[in-house]
Amino acid sequence: MSLVENGAPEAEALLERVYGARPAAPRVGVTGPPGAGKSTLVAELALLLRRRGKRVGVVAVDPTSPYTGGAILGDRVRMSELSTDPEVFIRSMATRGSLGGLAARTEELAELLSGWGSDITLIETVGVGQSELDVAQAADTTLVVLTPESGDAIQSLKAGLMEIADVFVVNKSDHAGADQLAAAIRSALALRPKAPWMPPIVRTVATERRGIEELHEAIEAHRAHLAGPKAQGGRREKIRARLKNAIRERLLEAAWERQGLGALLDRAADQVLGGTVSPYRAARDLIERITDHGERSKN
Amino acid sequence: MARKIRVLVAKAGLDGHDRGAKVVASAMRDAGFEVIYTGLHQTPEMIVQAAVQEDVDAVALSILSGAHMTLFPRVLELMREKGIGDVLLTGGGIIPKADMTALRQMGVGELFGPGTSTTAIIEYIRGAAPGGAASRSAKAGSAR
Ligand code: B12
Ligand SMILES: Nc1nc2c(ncn2[C@@H]2O[C@H](COP(=O)(O)OP(=O)(O)OP(=O)(O)O)[C@@H](O)[C@H]2O)c(=O)[nH]1
Ligand SMILES: [Mg+2]
Repeated sequence: MSLVENGAPEAEALLERVYGARPAAPRVGVTGPPGAGKSTLVAELALLLRRRGKRVGVVAVDPTSPYTGGAILGDRVRMSELSTDPEVFIRSMATRGSLGGLAARTEELAELLSGWGSDITLIETVGVGQSELDVAQAADTTLVVLTPESGDAIQSLKAGLMEIADVFVVNKSDHAGADQLAAAIRSALALRPKAPWMPPIVRTVATERRGIEELHEAIEAHRAHLAGPKAQGGRREKIRARLKNAIRERLLEAAWERQGLGALLDRAADQVLGGTVSPYRAARDLIERITDHGERSKN
Repeated sequence: MARKIRVLVAKAGLDGHDRGAKVVASAMRDAGFEVIYTGLHQTPEMIVQAAVQEDVDAVALSILSGAHMTLFPRVLELMREKGIGDVLLTGGGIIPKADMTALRQMGVGELFGPGTSTTAIIEYIRGAAPGGAASRSAKAGSAR
């Protein structure tokens, strides 16, 4: 797993082998503001799945400090109850500079867990509020966890969480304001254009194991929807986007190595610094060099 | 991509003194490590399973309860059993000098008492646990 996380050269062959070995386990993404109860919910869902005899993989992402490059990965604190069960594999990851709420290799690690034999993989994002949208890409079903306290909840609804949520979870429903929050979500949903899947709203109290069954049912219902004819377009979109990412990364890497882009970049940076070219011009020149080479090597 | 040093920081047994563990974990983060913090009341079994799954370079226990002479050897034994005997086991807390020596002889790494500078701890881990996880994964060639 470290090989994959570090982007080691052996990683691709490993992933290839895993990918072919087994159908990918369904992935459930869990996102929401800091402290909303994501880890507690993941732990409770995992416990429920264990009671039903499923093997469970968990990928929990926490932020890397932009200043030191280090990280404290604390999601395991809420998952103690799972931590001697050999049928549960929990892996913590740091974002290492990626901004979308996941780490760069989250999807790949989820695939390894699938290779390990997980029947379902739960992915917890960092609680960053508004930029955790990557998870919708990585997961088949995305849970958006809000609480009565998330005062900016309504803001988040506008800021795109609306588009990524397959299921809304109103956690900490033991606190005042849960009704209002559910109502606010409902009215925001009503404004949305009609879609084949309407995200249900599930109320939970993760710390008291309340609403977890209902949440699981909602996830299952979404999965059934995904398997149906109305959903094919969406899944195809995700696979397409995933391929695009893989290609982008690979192409950039190849160009970087083949043409010593690192050195060119240094030179361009010096020129921009010296005021002889604008950054836009420098970037355009570099891109031209790359695409030029691409054309020639084809012939 | 540069490899990060990954360290599991755990509080074992019924010991509720978590200040030292948190201080050390924060210092490690500030030094650029990825710290997996498990929280309180971990059993040796929990600690070792987490260490295996998280593919860490070092397991670092904080023990102020006096139970170090049972907890460290048990964790070490389980680590060897689970095939991660090459991972560094270190830690700190209230541990008499004589016990530190005895534990070292069993194969536990350096242990640190009250008043140790976190710089000393970080330098030690940097030196004693380089590439543990990477070399192991390469050898095993497995998903884990
Ligand atoms: C603060 C404190 C408490 C607080 C704890 C608050 C908290 N959340 O942490 C409270 C009041 C709750 C408490 C309670 C008790 N305490 Co008290 N407590 C202390 C005290 C005064 C300071 C500990 C501390 O936080 N130090 C500051 C931190 C930063 O230092 P540190 O933990 O030692 O960490 C340093 C090193 O040890 C090392 N280190 C520590 N952990 C790790 C981990 C790694 C990985 C590494 C590399 C290094 C490392 O590096 C750190 C930095 O230098 C000590 C006495 C002392 N001077 O040590 C007693 C002490 C630890 N407590 C003691 C006792 C007996 C208790 C109680 C049992 C008392 C009682 N009868 O109720 C309870 C038990 C509580 C429980 N559930 O475990 C005894 C332990 C005796 C023993 N082990 O033989 C001590 C030594 C006091 C004494 N002289 O009797 N305590
Ligand atoms: N009252 C109440 N507290 C809860 C509930 N769910 C979680 N909590 C508490 O909320 C706090 C945060 O829970 P976590 O599960 O760590 O939240 P998180 O979203 O994973 O947090 P980050 O990963 O730090 O963003 C903990 O103290 C939980 O015990 C709930 O339903 N009701
Ligand atoms: Mg969490």
